[in-house]
Amino acid sequence: MTGKVGVVVFPGSNCDMDAYNAFGSVLDQKVELLWHKETSLNGVDIVVLPGGFSYGDYLRSGAIARFSPIMNEVVKFASKGGLVMGICNGFQVLVEAGLLPGALLRNASLKFVCRQVYLRTETAATPFTSGLEKGQVLKVPIAHGDGNFYADESALKSLEDGDQIVFRYSTADGEITRDANPNGSIYNIAGIVNSRRNVLGMMPHPERASEQILGSAQGKAVLKSVVQSLN
Amino acid sequence: MFKARIEVTLKSKILDPQGKAIESSLRNLGFTRLSKVRTGKNIDIVVDETEVDKAVELATSACTKLLANPVTEEYEGELFDASGKSVAKFSSPNSARSDAKVKS
Repeated sequence: MTGKVGVVVFPGSNCDMDAYNAFGSVLDQKVELLWHKETSLNGVDIVVLPGGFSYGDYLRSGAIARFSPIMNEVVKFASKGGLVMGICNGFQVLVEAGLLPGALLRNASLKFVCRQVYLRTETAATPFTSGLEKGQVLKVPIAHGDGNFYADESALKSLEDGDQIVFRYSTADGEITRDANPNGSIYNIAGIVNSRRNVLGMMPHPERASEQILGSAQGKAVLKSVVQSLN
Repeated sequence: MFKARIEVTLKSKILDPQGKAIESSLRNLGFTRLSKVRTGKNIDIVVDETEVDKAVELATSACTKLLANPVTEEYEGELFDASGKSVAKFSSPNSARSDAKVKS
């Protein structure tokens, strides 16, 4: 089955076309761009909130985008079990919208970090990682200034207990170390799902690692998993 | 008509890397008796209400809905009348800042 992927475009999104290309050209799916002012998801099966700097990151990253008209539909879609994937700024929008717990703070180094990192897959039991193995390491880029994941103790415990931590920053060998943590995220957390497991947020960019010419094609497995989970 | 001045800051237990960077710069300049630098943002808003209570309610609602993220931030606000006189104060529930002010 071929699914239809909708990529939301906020003013300031800048990885919308990367996602469009990865799902469309690389994975041969139907993709459409959904302008943030729209009030319908046009029957898409997967919603992608892309990377970028929606509304210039004013106030807090994602804080203003979460009130875009289309977000009402995204929240409804997610509450019915629809698959939603927030990458980078998309992750920030999802936590601001309350679809995922926690918050993304300024990087501990205060620097914008743009480089390849390694992620260890912490669970294959999500629609976004079903094609991966637990422990599998992926080389994927990050490019953010506000990626320092924070959650209070009880939220962290519930993420751990619920097997909701999906990716953690690691070494190439899959070791979780302080040096492998590019932004100060608590527990090296790079990506999480909600308790229903249909909403994923991750700071790294799998769509920007979907073809070898981009430096890594290892992110493709994440996008492929979510497409295949529609079958 | 009132003016609300709202200060949004990170909760005290959350690391403020900007504050740390400023603190270390101050130290380098010889300000060794200055410490615990915390940053925040200041938001001024005109509130179109005639009653103080309603104005406070409206400003508080803006804080909880948009201006502060309850996971990481807290807010303190002050309301001024047309002559610039302070007429009310409000803050996030359990705001720790007021009682943490002069702990040494």
